[in-house]
Amino acid sequence: MTFNLVLAQTLNGFQFGILLFLMAAGLTLVFGIMGFVNLAHGSLYMLGAYFAAVIADHSGSFVLAIGVATVGMFILGLLLDAGGLAILHKRGHLDQVLATFGLVLFFNELVRVIWGNAPLYMDAPETLAGSFTFLDFNYPAYRLVIIAAGLLVALGLYLLIERTRIGMLIRAGASNRGMVGALGVNISWLNRFIFALGAALAGLAGALVGPILSIQSGMGEPILILTLVVIVIGGIGSIRGAFYGALVVGIVDTLGRVLLPVWLGQTFSPSLASAVGPALASMLVYLLMAVILAIKPDGLFPVKARGS
Amino acid sequence: MARHESTHTTTMLEATHVASDEARMNQQQSLLAATPKPLNATRALLRRIIITIVLAVLFLMPLYAWLADDIFMLTLFGRILVFALAALGLNIALGFGGMVSLGHALYIGLGAYSVGILSTLGMTDGWLHLFTAVAITSVVAIPIGWVALRTQGIAFIMITLAFAQLFYYVFVSLRQFGGDDGISLTNLSSFGVLTGDKYAIYISLSLVLAFVLWLVNRIVHARFGLVLRATCVNERRVNALGTRSMPYRLMAYMLSAQICALAGFFLANLTGFVSPAMMSWVVSGELIVMVLLGGLGTVFGPIIGAVAFLMLEEGLKMMTDHWPLIMGPFIVLVVVFLKNGLWGLLQDRKESPQGDGGNIK
Repeated sequence: MTFNLVLAQTLNGFQFGILLFLMAAGLTLVFGIMGFVNLAHGSLYMLGAYFAAVIADHSGSFVLAIGVATVGMFILGLLLDAGGLAILHKRGHLDQVLATFGLVLFFNELVRVIWGNAPLYMDAPETLAGSFTFLDFNYPAYRLVIIAAGLLVALGLYLLIERTRIGMLIRAGASNRGMVGALGVNISWLNRFIFALGAALAGLAGALVGPILSIQSGMGEPILILTLVVIVIGGIGSIRGAFYGALVVGIVDTLGRVLLPVWLGQTFSPSLASAVGPALASMLVYLLMAVILAIKPDGLFPVKARGS
Repeated sequence: MARHESTHTTTMLEATHVASDEARMNQQQSLLAATPKPLNATRALLRRIIITIVLAVLFLMPLYAWLADDIFMLTLFGRILVFALAALGLNIALGFGGMVSLGHALYIGLGAYSVGILSTLGMTDGWLHLFTAVAITSVVAIPIGWVALRTQGIAFIMITLAFAQLFYYVFVSLRQFGGDDGISLTNLSSFGVLTGDKYAIYISLSLVLAFVLWLVNRIVHARFGLVLRATCVNERRVNALGTRSMPYRLMAYMLSAQICALAGFFLANLTGFVSPAMMSWVVSGELIVMVLLGGLGTVFGPIIGAVAFLMLEEGLKMMTDHWPLIMGPFIVLVVVFLKNGLWGLLQDRKESPQGDGGNIK
């Protein structure tokens, strides 16, 4: 248990948390403002990864791949919302859950049809493929880039929400959807924009994660579940909650998986650690969620909504 | 005095139902307007006919399988019965209690793993398996239900999903019990000479299904069911009437979990195989689709839904490897167009006026 190892794992946790934030920000906006449960958010992440991998493969340009994936998912979000998901806005959560569930099944199979069962791989750009060294400490440069990119996006979102007119409309929509419409704002266009923005963020997350994970059908669902946990912990509709919740979940999950078996092995016995350790480590985040919900059922940073 | 109060409360609860039924159907029933009697009588007759046919087919399947020596059909219908049972259970929480639980496959998995783990450890007594399945599920369902029921709406859905995933990953990481690959059971639940006999499993499963069907029917029309359905409509009003809604909802959640555990118990015995995939969220989602397809909040609906869904799945699988490409949009279409489910099409209709009163949500 060296300091370097703990630091590396903490950075990993931070990076994972940033990824979760990109997913959670879009999802919490869509939940909080549109009241729309979108289980297909994980599919958008997956499609972003696939798009990025294919573009990177064909064009050799990493930046282009990320850009196309993000913009492509934005457009797909617009199309999905315009194409039919808008009907579901008026329906209850059960209907939205089931319909987007159907979409998940469809998209998971679609990528299998188009790109086959075998996972795709994407290379990080050569300039970033190495390690970043500071004193004695090595860390993959690419992961630092993910952290930096995520923080930039967080800053951008903050500026968008707090300092622009659209952001003001978004915040107003989160407080009282009906009133915003009554005041003459085209609420359906605003909703469409928010949905597309969430899709773009998910696509960006998927594209960024391409070089680190294998890209395959169904990769979106594990991330989606954790994203839901993040949102529930942070408070539905709250981007700040999504940010802190994502960092907490990312760090607790990563460090937990590393440190818990070690601690179990030292306190009890190595055999217990190997038998029970991974299982307990998987449970950590959910136990954390249960504890937080028991104390604050609306999450850590709940959005006080009136009306809607 | 207490009995008088409870009768009064029951009447008030029924008033909640009447008020809410009306609100939900957007009616302002004119006293002079007559319910279309002939149409409702036809529907009732159709319902009775279809119930008889479906139950007859399901219960007589072993006879057919024995005569035609068709174990495939027996296993297929066995799976249908398993999920019909699970759907019946889920409907108590979802259809009658309004609790959208995206994690009920967890309890199917727990029931199945009770058989799997105990078998692997050498304890093969069937009654022990059964008892463990129900007991473990109750122990797990109560804290999960308690935490989840502290929240509303979207959060409830996500929490049930998250907990189910939690257990999924736990079972995946239990390498000594198969992990991701699952366990192929060498010893099934031992019930003496009937151990592992597919016919015995099927027949006992159908008997359990019949019993649970009767039970659900009784519950729904008893005071427990009335309170539960009332909380689904307007929880605050129920509490204001002096009945605490939380114990009823928790009880309903636990009961639905136990029924799913029973289904899991039978599933493990029927297929001789247990794996974490049985508790994946995809199974939970499909279970909800079955309930919706059948008819939320109807007693017999889930059985129709399970039969229809699984037969469609089998049919699609025979046609193409890429059946989710069709199943996915099918689910979307069902949600958009078939809101009341197949069985809901045959429910009694009341007259409704022109125009929509405006149901928000």
